[in-house]
Amino acid sequence: MTIFMVNGQKVEVQLDPRESLLEVLQDRLQLFGTKKGCDHGQCGACTVHLDGRRVVSCLTLAVQAEGRKVRTIEGVADADGTLHPLQQAFIDNDAMQCGYCTPGQVMSGLACIAEGHAGDDDEIREYMSGNLCRCGAYVGIVAAIRQAAGRTEG
Amino acid sequence: MRSFTYIAPASVAEAVAAIAAAGPGARFLAGGTTLYDLMKLGVERPSALVDVSRLAELGTIDTSREDYLVFGGGARMADVADDPVVRRDYPVLSESLWRAASQQLRNMATVAGNLLQRTRCFYFRDQAFPCNKREPGSGCAARGGIDRGNAVLGTSDACIAAYAGDWSVALLAFDAVIDVVSPRGERAVALADLHLEPGDTPDREHTLAPDELIVRIRVPVSVAGRGSTYLKIRDRESYAFALASAAVGLALTGQSEVRECRIALGGVPTRPWRARSAEQLLRGQPLTKEAARAAAEAALADARPGTYNAFKIELAKRTVTDALRIAGERAAQ
Repeated sequence: MTIFMVNGQKVEVQLDPRESLLEVLQDRLQLFGTKKGCDHGQCGACTVHLDGRRVVSCLTLAVQAEGRKVRTIEGVADADGTLHPLQQAFIDNDAMQCGYCTPGQVMSGLACIAEGHAGDDDEIREYMSGNLCRCGAYVGIVAAIRQAAGRTEG
Repeated sequence: MRSFTYIAPASVAEAVAAIAAAGPGARFLAGGTTLYDLMKLGVERPSALVDVSRLAELGTIDTSREDYLVFGGGARMADVADDPVVRRDYPVLSESLWRAASQQLRNMATVAGNLLQRTRCFYFRDQAFPCNKREPGSGCAARGGIDRGNAVLGTSDACIAAYAGDWSVALLAFDAVIDVVSPRGERAVALADLHLEPGDTPDREHTLAPDELIVRIRVPVSVAGRGSTYLKIRDRESYAFALASAAVGLALTGQSEVRECRIALGGVPTRPWRARSAEQLLRGQPLTKEAARAAAEAALADARPGTYNAFKIELAKRTVTDALRIAGERAAQ
C-alpha cells in the first residue's frame, strides 16, 4: 500500500509500479482537474506540486509519491470556493480559451511566482515555457502571472 | 509497458546491493524524465528499477571548496542552475541547465541522470523504424530519412543520432570528473571518457556498467568560469533541444589576449564534443572577430552533413563565434 497526501487529505492506494501519478489522480482519486496532454513531459498540462515543487505528474511514478505531499488544481481555491488570486488573474486577463491547459498553467504559475522567477515578462516566459497552450493565450497568461506576482507593468 | 519490480533503497550502499541482487535488466531510477518516458514508448524495458531519487546523501551541492565544485549526483538540475555561486562564477554551468528542458523537468531530473540522457532521434524513439541504437543490426532509418536534427560530427555508418544534453557539454569544456560506485567499489571517470561515439556499436553510449551509480560530479575550479557562457540555438526561444550549442570559457591577459580557452559543442555531435583544435588556435592570440571565426571553422572542420542538416554546420560556426564574443566580454570585466 502506498500512502501520500493529496490536497491535505491522506490517501492509500495499492499501486502497480507502472502507474503514473497522473493516472492515479484521475483514475483512482477521481481528480480530473489535472490533465493528460502528451503523457511524455512535453506539454505541462499535468503539472502538480510535489512537496511544494512543480513537476509533471505524467513522468512521476505514483510509487515515488510515497510519504509525500501532492497539491493539484483542486487544492488551490479556498474551501468556500473563493478563487486564489492567480486563478482570478487568469479570468481578469482572459488567459484561456479552451481551458484544457489552464490547470497546468495555474499550478506552474503559482510555482513560478514562489520560486522568484516572475521578475519580468521575459523571465515569466522563460520559466513558463514548459506549459504549452495550443489556443495561444500566452499574452493573457503572462499578464495574469504578472498581476498575481504584484506588478502592474511588464 | 513491460512490468518491473520497484525497489526503494534507503542509502547508496543499499542501492548498490539492490542492483546487484536484482540481476540483469535492472536499472537505477533517478528523476525518471528520460527512463520512464522511454519505457512508455517500449524503448526501455527494465526488469527492475532501483530508485535513487530520494537519497539525501546524493543531494549535496558544495561550491565552497578551493579545488572542485562538487555536485551530488542526485542534486536537481533546477537547484544547481539557481545556486548563487554557480550563477556568478560559472555562468556556463548555470546556463546549460536553465536553458535545458522546463522548470518542471529540472525539478525532477538529477544532474547525474542528465549525463546519460538518451538521444531524441525520432527513429530511436519510434519502434516502427529500424534503429541500430535500439535494435543493434536492424539498420538506421535516420540516414536518408528526416535527419534535420541529427548529428554532423562523430557520426558513423551505423548511427547519426545527436547527443541531446547540454550540461555534459559545459562539464566537458571544464574537465569535469565523475565518481561512480558499484558493488566493486568506487572509481573516478573523466567526463571526457564517459560518452562514446557510435562507431559500429551505437547501442553502447557510455563507459559505465549498468550497476555503476554516479554519486558526484566534480568540476575543477577555473579562472575561465567567470568568462564563460553556454549559448544554445533552438527552433524556438525556449524549451527545445539544441540545433547547435557551444560551451565556452575564456581567461584573458589584459583586455583581449587569450590566456585560457575552453570550447565544447552540443547539438551537432553524437557525443559531447571538445574542440581542442579551435582552442589551440586562440591561445596566446587577441580575441578578434576574425580569430573567433577561424576557431569556429576549425571546430567544424570534420563535419559531414546528411540530407537536411547541412545548415547546422554554418549555424554551429556562428554559435561558437557568438559564444566566444559573449565569453570574451565577461572575461574582460
